[in-house]
Amino acid sequence: MTDAQVVKRAKYKSSVKDPGVRGILKMTRERFVFMPNDPSSAMKLNVEFRLIKGHKSSKEGSNRPALLNLTPDQGNYIFEFENFSDRELCRDFVAKAVTFSGEVGGPTSEKAVPLKDEQLSSAEMERRIKLLQEDSELQKLHKQLVIGGVLSETEFWATRKKLLDVNASRKAKQRVGLKSEMIFNVKPSSDGQSNRVTFNLTPEMIHQIFAEKPAVQQAYLNFVPNKMTEKDFWTKYWRAQYLHSTKNIVAAAAEAAEDEELAVFLKQDAILASETRRKIRKVDPTLDMEADEGDDYTHIPGHGLASEDIKDELEAQYEPYKRSFLQDINRHAAVVLEGRTIDVETGDTRSVAEALASSKRVELAKEASDGNAHQERLDRVTRMAEIEDLQAPCDPPVAPLCIKDPRDYFDSQQVNALNQLPGTRQMKSVLSTSEAYGSLRAYISEIRTVGLSDPIVRPEVAFKVFNSLTQNISSSKYQLGKNPHESILDTLPSVTKEELLLHWTSIQELLKHFWSSYPITTSYLYTKVSRLRDAMSQIYPKLQEIKESVQSDSRHQVSLLVQPMLQALDAAFAHYELEQQKRSAKSGEKPNGYV
Amino acid sequence: MKIESSHEVKQINTVGPTRKSVLKYKPSMTPVSSKQYADDVSLLMVLLDTNPLFWSSTAAPLSFSKFLSQVISFLNSILLLNQLNQVMVIATGLNSCDYVYDSSSGPTNQRVEILLQKLQDFVVKDEELNKDDSVDGIGSSLLSGSLSMALCYIQRVFRSGSLHPQPRILCMHGSQDGPGQYVAIMNSIFSAQRSMVPIDSCVIGSQHSAFLQQASYITGGVYLKPQQLDGLFQYLTTVFGTDLHSRSFLQLPKPVGVDFRASCFCHKNTIDMGYICSVCLSIFCKHHKKCSTCGSAFGQPQTSVSTSNQKRKAP
Repeated sequence: MTDAQVVKRAKYKSSVKDPGVRGILKMTRERFVFMPNDPSSAMKLNVEFRLIKGHKSSKEGSNRPALLNLTPDQGNYIFEFENFSDRELCRDFVAKAVTFSGEVGGPTSEKAVPLKDEQLSSAEMERRIKLLQEDSELQKLHKQLVIGGVLSETEFWATRKKLLDVNASRKAKQRVGLKSEMIFNVKPSSDGQSNRVTFNLTPEMIHQIFAEKPAVQQAYLNFVPNKMTEKDFWTKYWRAQYLHSTKNIVAAAAEAAEDEELAVFLKQDAILASETRRKIRKVDPTLDMEADEGDDYTHIPGHGLASEDIKDELEAQYEPYKRSFLQDINRHAAVVLEGRTIDVETGDTRSVAEALASSKRVELAKEASDGNAHQERLDRVTRMAEIEDLQAPCDPPVAPLCIKDPRDYFDSQQVNALNQLPGTRQMKSVLSTSEAYGSLRAYISEIRTVGLSDPIVRPEVAFKVFNSLTQNISSSKYQLGKNPHESILDTLPSVTKEELLLHWTSIQELLKHFWSSYPITTSYLYTKVSRLRDAMSQIYPKLQEIKESVQSDSRHQVSLLVQPMLQALDAAFAHYELEQQKRSAKSGEKPNGYV
Repeated sequence: MKIESSHEVKQINTVGPTRKSVLKYKPSMTPVSSKQYADDVSLLMVLLDTNPLFWSSTAAPLSFSKFLSQVISFLNSILLLNQLNQVMVIATGLNSCDYVYDSSSGPTNQRVEILLQKLQDFVVKDEELNKDDSVDGIGSSLLSGSLSMALCYIQRVFRSGSLHPQPRILCMHGSQDGPGQYVAIMNSIFSAQRSMVPIDSCVIGSQHSAFLQQASYITGGVYLKPQQLDGLFQYLTTVFGTDLHSRSFLQLPKPVGVDFRASCFCHKNTIDMGYICSVCLSIFCKHHKKCSTCGSAFGQPQTSVSTSNQKRKAP
């Protein structure tokens, strides 16, 4: 529709659940205006399309509302229409308007983009500098190419993103784990004279307490600072710990009855209990417990430990106040093995508590959304506990094996070997096999009759052999080293070797950028390619120099080494020339024809 | 006892004690870690190529009788170097291989006659095993068979006690490389490497043999293709007569390079860079959707019948 504006009835909602404010939505090329029906309402909107980055719409369906969601940088504007055709109309209009405003703002944004790229965060710069410091080869390459003006910083680092990322993530990995001693169970210091008992509390202890006793953490969040101060909270906590340490359950129950906040510390941790119950529900029912049979101490009261508690029956009211040492140890061990879930080291207790609570919420949310897990578990259970005669027979899940006969390869290899070496074709046996055997036998009997020749070898021949061997050995002695595995590089002086290697890495880098710039589409790439070509042509004479500087007997080896580099450069140059010719043939008019 | 004292004398005469210890330990970069050869007693396994098609064709640069006479003289001189030296000759035929001569058994004054007789019998037997009359080109002799036989014998020698001669294998070869024997030859090369037995190669034919080049390279032996074959005896005594202990301070000819290149499975061209199937390691020169050797599809995870906890590897 080529209307300059669209007017529709709509409801403006700030969120999907919001009932919405009725009004009229008017959209023009540059902006949309929403006027609520109720003139006193404050929900007037007047937004330019330039700010709208995108739009979303809800699916079509008979019962569903027709929603259109316009998204600027932050937040969103949701409009509900009366029917879907209205919504479609508005949507198309919005799309056109957004692209239109995008085009207008396009060129300016393009110019802004390169600038934005150069504005790196200081962290990024630090990482790059650190990387350069650590790797001297990289530093040399960087110096040569970037400072020499051949490549720009962005191009250089564009291919090395992985290195930078790795560096950054490596730092974050190492974290100090939790202590394995239960530091909050330390006995308080008490002076024998007065009736005072002193407890010390450090942030580390607080972290541990919150991690191990979620009920305490919850209580902290609830009580402080509303109901009591932090000092009071911790005093109560330590009082509860003291009561537990005396193992006087009756007294504990009595105090809990008086002070309801204290009761929270004295009772068993309800949150922990519910977590454990949830974990139990998720256990795989097909787990084979037979291995554990011998370790069955769980049914013995006190888990096999010599119980220090009173054996007499406690009344039911005292049950919640009973605590076992083993529970504490198990919980502590579980928390330590989990490790630190949050990174907050210092900071006040409240932030620690909140951080722990939020991390737990995230975990719960993840589990809840993972509905598939339940289905997978059921599948696994049915598969493991298969009752074969009740199910249809299924073919085993195997793929058919298909390995070719290796003889095909080797027989054709023979053809290939024959093809490769010239002259083998002509080498057919003059005689048939039986004749050949006959001749061999004849040779053998010849020796028997004639005997070994005297002399075995004529002196001049022997002399020639000696000469050639000596020459061969002495010529290759210094190059190839004592065993064929030494490379020519090791025999060169170290300066030459490093130069060669540096040239090699810089050639690789330049060629990488060179070949990635083709096909040339923008002028930026064109200038880049010409820059790269100049740099590459500079390396040529340098390689030549190196070849000359080496000793004469290793010159051949060095030129063999250098040859692949030169070949690669030649290929790049040839491609460049070809492209240049094509370009000039296309753009320029040559009245005299092709030159 | 007499023998031992003569050995000790030899040891003192050769090199000073400190130098010897340095020479014994080569750096670990070499494919063959050095054994400590305290003396120069050697067991030489000679693999003679008796492919009749090769010897009767134009590829053979000298006649078999001349060749054999030079080799026999060489064997005699090896046996003269040290009383305890042993020589073992294995004939590599077209259809079979056999031990042809063993210097540790038999009378010492009739060595050549025994060898020649046995060689003749071997050739007769080999001819009988010949199935068809037409062989492509000059054929290839069973190098893998004779290498395996040599290695088996050497193993037996190893088990004969701590004082045994140092074994090495000398391969006098002229026929082409048979690509069907590639796997078997490589296996024997690797087992020779493992037992630290050097494989020397003396190539008589007109072209280089890639298999033997690799064999000598991997096992630390010497590869030589003599230019002047009427002086073959000279080559043999200069280069291949050296025992393993002496090789640590002698300069022997080295080949300029070894052709290690693989061939692609689709076009059988030798390539430097290519694609490899991660399941069966077959090499291709171009990108394929499916491996033609094992049938695995590239670039997608394998479909499975049931979604299980097993890890799946995408080829």
